[in-house]
Amino acid sequence: MNFQDIIFYFFSAVLIASALGVITVRNPVYSALLLVLAFVTCAGLWLLLEAEFLAITLVLVYVGAVMVLFLFVVMMLDINLDKLREGFWKWFPLGGVVALVMVVEIAMIMFGNHFSLEEMPAPEPKAADYSNTKELGRVLYTEYVYAFELAAVLLLVAMVAAIALTLRQREDKKSLDIAKQVSVKKEDRLRIVSMPADKKNS
Amino acid sequence: MESIQRLFEQFFGTEWGSMLFSLATNVTFIFAIVVPLLLGVAYLTFAERKIIAYMQIRVGPNRVTFFGIPWLRGWGQPIADAVKALMKEIVIPTGANKFLFILAPILTIMPALAAWAVVPFSAELVLADINAGLLYILAMTSMGIYGVIIAGWASNSKYAFLGAMRSAAQVVSYELAMGFALVCVLMMSQSLNLGDIVNGQQGGSMLHWYLIPLFPMFLVYFISGVAETNRAPFDVAEGESEIVAGFHVDYSGMAFTVFFLAEYANMILVATLTALMFLGGWLPPLDIAPLNMIPGFIWLLIKIAFLLFFFLWFRATFPRYRYDQIMRLGWKVFIPITLVWIAVLGLIMQLPEAVRNDFPFNLWF
Repeated sequence: MNFQDIIFYFFSAVLIASALGVITVRNPVYSALLLVLAFVTCAGLWLLLEAEFLAITLVLVYVGAVMVLFLFVVMMLDINLDKLREGFWKWFPLGGVVALVMVVEIAMIMFGNHFSLEEMPAPEPKAADYSNTKELGRVLYTEYVYAFELAAVLLLVAMVAAIALTLRQREDKKSLDIAKQVSVKKEDRLRIVSMPADKKNS
Repeated sequence: MESIQRLFEQFFGTEWGSMLFSLATNVTFIFAIVVPLLLGVAYLTFAERKIIAYMQIRVGPNRVTFFGIPWLRGWGQPIADAVKALMKEIVIPTGANKFLFILAPILTIMPALAAWAVVPFSAELVLADINAGLLYILAMTSMGIYGVIIAGWASNSKYAFLGAMRSAAQVVSYELAMGFALVCVLMMSQSLNLGDIVNGQQGGSMLHWYLIPLFPMFLVYFISGVAETNRAPFDVAEGESEIVAGFHVDYSGMAFTVFFLAEYANMILVATLTALMFLGGWLPPLDIAPLNMIPGFIWLLIKIAFLLFFFLWFRATFPRYRYDQIMRLGWKVFIPITLVWIAVLGLIMQLPEAVRNDFPFNLWF
């Protein structure tokens, strides 16, 4: 057991514990925070595999942006735990079947020979000037450029759709017209009245 | 160095010895960065109080001194403040979530300090010279928000919660503009390594700095940096006139001080990054005799101090933004500007070789 193994087992243990915590703790805020911990430890594991770009992007995108919004929503919502528990046993068989199917699917991949040690040997240590980012960029923009563009367009469509859903034209809305605000001149607002100074009667 | 490494290897065996040796050296380097940084933070608070005082025609702190030396009056103030904060009681509100309440300040200061690992201080002086340095810094600075959100939620107070919500929305919005501005920088330098970014600005004079071709990005990055650190005029997360002190309203003593330290460490970080990416880092403004004899580290310090002065100046000058105006500036002004600039840079990079080798493009591309 060398240093790297210890780090690997440590990260794996934390990852599994926090992932279990996500689905078992009662408080949804704790659950979201444990998911953050799971992401960070997962990034640590990816760093061990010398996939530094993916690891840092995982932290940047999921921890830095997605989970912040998640926490935002979870904290804002007034979550009633008893209401959430209603109908748990009613839906349990359906959920159980879905879970079972997923476990079987994962097992089929894991215990098939696709990921055995012979098929997937440990990555060779890269030279010092090897840049993970550059390699990924090269593959992404040459070999997989269409898939990449397609994914980008899909995201754009989703974004436009999300904005379109919230865009409602209302008659009585009171929003500010920034251009109007900025173009206001002194003469529009201010009337200068010339007043002679009063003399004190004394 | 090598004899110490051999000593480690004798004690712990070859493999463990070298591992423990690198651990020990790294911890030493970390201390060598963090201790001056925290001293810098302490004296930044002093500088802030003094500078704002002079801007408002006051004197500022001028009492606490060392050993009664008269011309050091005021210079003991940050030390006195730190000692005072250490002595104070940390009050944990009854309704607060104790664990998260304590965790929040730690989560705030952790990324503020961790980001310094990849910051180069001169051509050779860097703790971790990693390829994806810029990405690492983006990832670390984006984690700083957790401390604020958790502090607001764990305090179990309306004011704190409002501050946390405001801060979360603001940081997420400005991070996008910040990230796009950095995309421009890495398009220019074609590298994510901070050392390479500075080296890309070499060439003999300040005309080669990325400040000139990326001037709008410089403004966007710096202003987003001010917003990201929750400094005035973007300090709606604290907003003392509206929500008392925002997310840290329930914190006292050292727990509050940790938030305070993190804010100032982040300020120094943003100033350092701006200096590295736009102002040529440790490069002198003109590569001629008296200027290039000054060590690069001093040049970097001068640039950082110059940018930090702006932070303080902003605070003394501008009134706080209204919340909808903050959102408008982030989403409707900064993000379009950065997107246009990325397209412009891309077009310039696609110009024929002959044109790119002509003045003025040959300065930067």
